[in-house]
Parts: sequence; structure tokens; C-alpha cells
Amino acid sequence: MVDRLGPLFRHAVLLLGAAVMLAPFVLMLSLSVKPAAEIFAPQFRLLPEQWSAWENYSAAFTKVPLARFLMNGFIVTFCIFAAQAVTALPMAYALAKLRWRGRDTVFGLVLLALLVPPQVPAIPLYIGLWQLGLLDTYAAIILPSTVSVFGIFLMRQFFRTVPNDLIAAARMDGLSELGIVWRIMLPTAAPALAAFGCLSFIWNWNEFFWPYIAVQSEHLMTPPLGIAFFSDTESGTSWGPLMAAATVTTAPLALAFLLAQRAFVRGVTMSGVK
Amino acid sequence: MASVDLIGIGKKFGATDVLRDVTLRVADGEFLAILGASGCGKSTLLRILAGLEGTDQGEVRLGGIEVGHLRPKARDLAMVFQSYALYPYMTVGQNIALPLEMRRLSAWQRLPLLGRLMPGTRAARENIAEDVASVAGPLQLGALLGRKPAQLSGGQRQRVALARAMVRQPAAFLMDEPLSNLDAKLRIEARAEIVALQRRLGATILYVTHDQEEAMAMADRVAVMQGGRVLQVAAPQSLYDDPVSLDVARFVGSPPMNVFPVRLHSSGAVEALGTALPFHATGTAREGIVMGVRPEALRPAEQGIAVTLARIERLGGEALLYCTAPGLAQPLVAQVEAGEANDHAIGAPLRLMPRRALLFDGDGKRMVCRAGSVGAMALASAHG
Repeated sequence: MVDRLGPLFRHAVLLLGAAVMLAPFVLMLSLSVKPAAEIFAPQFRLLPEQWSAWENYSAAFTKVPLARFLMNGFIVTFCIFAAQAVTALPMAYALAKLRWRGRDTVFGLVLLALLVPPQVPAIPLYIGLWQLGLLDTYAAIILPSTVSVFGIFLMRQFFRTVPNDLIAAARMDGLSELGIVWRIMLPTAAPALAAFGCLSFIWNWNEFFWPYIAVQSEHLMTPPLGIAFFSDTESGTSWGPLMAAATVTTAPLALAFLLAQRAFVRGVTMSGVK
Repeated sequence: MASVDLIGIGKKFGATDVLRDVTLRVADGEFLAILGASGCGKSTLLRILAGLEGTDQGEVRLGGIEVGHLRPKARDLAMVFQSYALYPYMTVGQNIALPLEMRRLSAWQRLPLLGRLMPGTRAARENIAEDVASVAGPLQLGALLGRKPAQLSGGQRQRVALARAMVRQPAAFLMDEPLSNLDAKLRIEARAEIVALQRRLGATILYVTHDQEEAMAMADRVAVMQGGRVLQVAAPQSLYDDPVSLDVARFVGSPPMNVFPVRLHSSGAVEALGTALPFHATGTAREGIVMGVRPEALRPAEQGIAVTLARIERLGGEALLYCTAPGLAQPLVAQVEAGEANDHAIGAPLRLMPRRALLFDGDGKRMVCRAGSVGAMALASAHG
């Protein structure tokens, strides 16, 4: 009996957890296809009596420049991830495989930087960008995120599992240190980099705080900013289109995760266990 | 190919001396094995020669030219690693071609897509492919060039590592236990392959191993290392017959040499466990003297050291007799023909007589010891 109840109980708990996590998304999907009248109806129904998916989704794309927001989101997240990969890989290699004075101290600083909340350096960054005249540009959103201490940490942990002989062989074959990073370490670390890419994409796609500070122009807004802008201008009158916009914004994340899921799990477990 | 000289190499890791004043001279085309237990500094020595590790003291010369300041790439040496260190995400062909690409193509020509448009890339790449094929063929890798290392057997991986080292015709080969990950049968085959290759190419090889049999079987000369020092450098046979110290004598030979304490009389007569032996020692040392006898030089005889046969280990062609006696810390091992072992019963008393023997003083240094006459024996027994 106990043998049977154990797994049953475990699954019940997991199912409950999943239901709690998914509920807002289900609600969002449900509201995004309902007409305004049904949204505030006294009785909640999952599916609408009268479908207005087309109206809501077309409103989301026409009342605000949602396509523009999505494009901004892609530009910003792609640039940030590219910059983070270009900086994190050599740094992680130096921390994991090269011997130099002060390496452990620098790694300590990296760990310390993991503890600093992003809000702390916001004001100095803002002032710096203002002095450079870069506020209200893509660069304002991208520049502060170009170095990811988490990325350095994750890749460093992974690089430590790469055998030293492989690097010695590459040196003897004539590769430079940067050549080793790109030609030997990067392909070996592809799963870890995919995992990091996934996390980086999710964080920066969802990031609200910094883009809200850095840009004011509508044509530079990222999706979360755009949605906030949406609810401001429409002041809660059209929940249907708002939820439709939220669905469109969330979709790339879900898609990215599903695509990268296997690599993601492999990358995280490899860097953690080994 | 070139000669290799390591002169007075010293290396510390923190406070530990890993290498102390190591000097090795390897002639052009010579196969030198560096033999030692793990942690004796032999791999570090190889890495210093390769330029992967710096030195605290000493000089590294290649073909007579000091290369201590050069990076690994510039030293023109190739290394075969114990783990083979094949690039896992490249095919066998790409693995073998990489050292040539790095030397024959410019940085621009190596670019993934753009490189193909650069002038001369195509001709250079074709050249490289030809060279890869010419190395891969004799090593039976021709059909495997498109595979990834993970799809290969241990022996195939080992040959890929060898091919990658050979392809750019380096000044010398450095091999760090290249066969220790193979099973026993393959190891013997690979041994012969490497030796044949060395003869064919006239290659200078420094070969690090902890396996004395491998070192003895393959090398022109063997350097025995212990505790960061070179104990002796000699041809395999003279290392076996004529070791300078007890440490070398114990390291070389399998089963290991029998070592037991002996008494030296002032006349130079030698006595072990109360039995006079037909040897004559010269020298003044009298304390802590031990005799070393190879198992094949220790024979059952009419006269000799009285022991009890404890165990027989049959090896097919030969048999090992493990004999104990009060006063012996470790059993004496005598190697006899397999048929001869049938003459002896376990538990029976036996007398063993060394035919050849080495004497070592209390510090483990060799003493002069000559085979004596029966007269000397009689004299010794009279004294005893």
C-alpha cells in the first residue's frame, strides 16, 4: 500500500503545483479570445460563448505597434546574448583553465557580483549612459547587460570538466588561446551555452525595470514595456486585446524553451554534476 | 628530426621539488623511454620539453638550439597523450588536418565560409587533404576519416592520435603513456607498430611510461626516474644486468628481483641465512648489505639457501616457485621451466643457489661482487 501511495502522493503534489503555475496562463489564453462583455460576466467559463479571438488579436497588433515591440525584443535579446557569449566564453576559459596570479580572487568577485541586485547599479548606469548621450537608444538597453556574471560562472563550471590534455594538444597543434576558446571549448560547451542562451533570452525578453528606465520612445520599447504602455493608454477598458498581446509576447519564450529543452537540461546537469 | 637536450632542469610546484637537476640527451633518431612510477616527474619533464610548462632552472635544446623561451607552437614537437586528446567535435580527418591548417593557412583562410573565397585556400586545402590521406593510409584510418572520435575503438583512437602527431613531420615525438588505455593484446601490437614507425621515419621519440616491460621492449635507451631525479640512463639490457642502484634494480624486471640481507665476511665472502654463497665482494661496507638475484638466476640446487616451497605459480612456459624461510621478510621467487616445477612439492624443503647476483650497500648503491670459487666458499663456511 505504502509503495503505491508514495508515487501517487508525489504526482498529486506535482500536478497541483503545475496547475497553480499554469492557471494564470490558462486564464490569459481564455481572456484573450473572449469579448469584453464576457470577461466581466458573473460566471467564469473557460471557453467563450461568442468567440472574439480575431478581434482581440487584430486589436493587439493595430492599436499599438506590437510587431515593432516584438522586433525590438528580438533585437535586444539577440544582441545581449551575442555580447554575453563573446565576453563570457573567454573569461570563463581564463578562470577555468589558465593559471594566473589573482585568479581565485577574480573568481570570488564574479561570485560576489552574482549577489548584487540589478537595481543597485541602475542610477550610475543611467548617469553614465546620459553622459555618453546614449539614453533612449537600443544601446541603452543592451550595454548594461553585455557582461553576464552568471554566464561566466556557468561556463567556467562547464569548462572545468574539459580535460587539460585537450587544451595542451590544441596548443601544440598551434592554436592561440582565443583559437582554443572558439574552436575547442565552444563546440564542447554547446549544450551549456544553449542552456545559458535560453536563460539569457527569457530574462532579457521579460526584463521590464531597465528598459523602462532606459527608453521612452515608443518605437524602441520591448514587449513588456509595450504591454504596460498598452494598459496605460487603454486604462483597463480592453482586457481582451491586452491578454492577446500578452499571449503573443509569451509565445516566443515557450517556443524557445521547448526547442532548447533537451540541450537546456543537459547543459545544466552537466555543469552541475561533473 | 632533431636531437633533444634537457640540461639541468629544475621545477617546483609550490614548495615541492618536482624535478631536480634532470639532464637527458637524446640523439637524433633515438627512442628514449622515461620510466618511473606515477608522481616521479616524468610527465612534467615531457610537458616542459613541449613548452606547456615553464622551468625554474635549466635549458631545453632542440637540434642544439635553445628553445626555452618558445611557445609550444613554435617548438615543432608533436605529442601523443594518454587520453589521446582528440577533439571530440571534429571528425578523424579534421583532427589530423588541424595541425597542418594552423601552419599552412592564414587566419583569413581558416575562416569558416569566407576562407574558401580567399586566394590559394583551395590549393592549400587539397594539399592538406593529400597529406592527411598519406598518413592515414598506413595506419588503416583511410576508411574512418569521416567518423567522430566517439565512434572509434580504443585502438583506432590511439592511431588517430599518432596520425595527428605524424602528419606535420615534427622535430621529435613526445609520447605520454600512449598505450596505457589499451587492452593487453592491442598494447603489444601497438608497441610493435610504434617501433616500426620509428625505424621507418628515423624519428626521435621521448616515450614516458610506468610500464618497465614496455620501456624495455621498445626503447633504444631507458631513463629511470624517481623522486624528480634521473637514476640511470642505459640500454635496456645493461639496465637489467647492471643497475647502478637497488632502486633501479627493483624497478626493472618482472617478476621483480629477489632482495635479501646478506653478511659480508672480512675476506669478502658472502653468506645468506647461514649459507655460504659463491661470491666475493670488495669494498669496505659491512652494514645493511643486501643481495639482489633475478628470479631466473635463482635455481633449485644441491647446495644453497635452505627454504620451504610455499606456492607454485604457473605461467605456461615457465613456473615461479615462491619460497619462504625464517628470517626472510619476503618470499624468494625462483623462475624455472614449467616441467621442472613438477619435481617439487609444496611444503617440501628446497635449496636455492643464485647463479648471478648483485650486491648493494646500506644506501642502495652497487658494490663490486664477483662470482667466487668453491674454495672461497669452503673458506667462508669454515669461518661461518
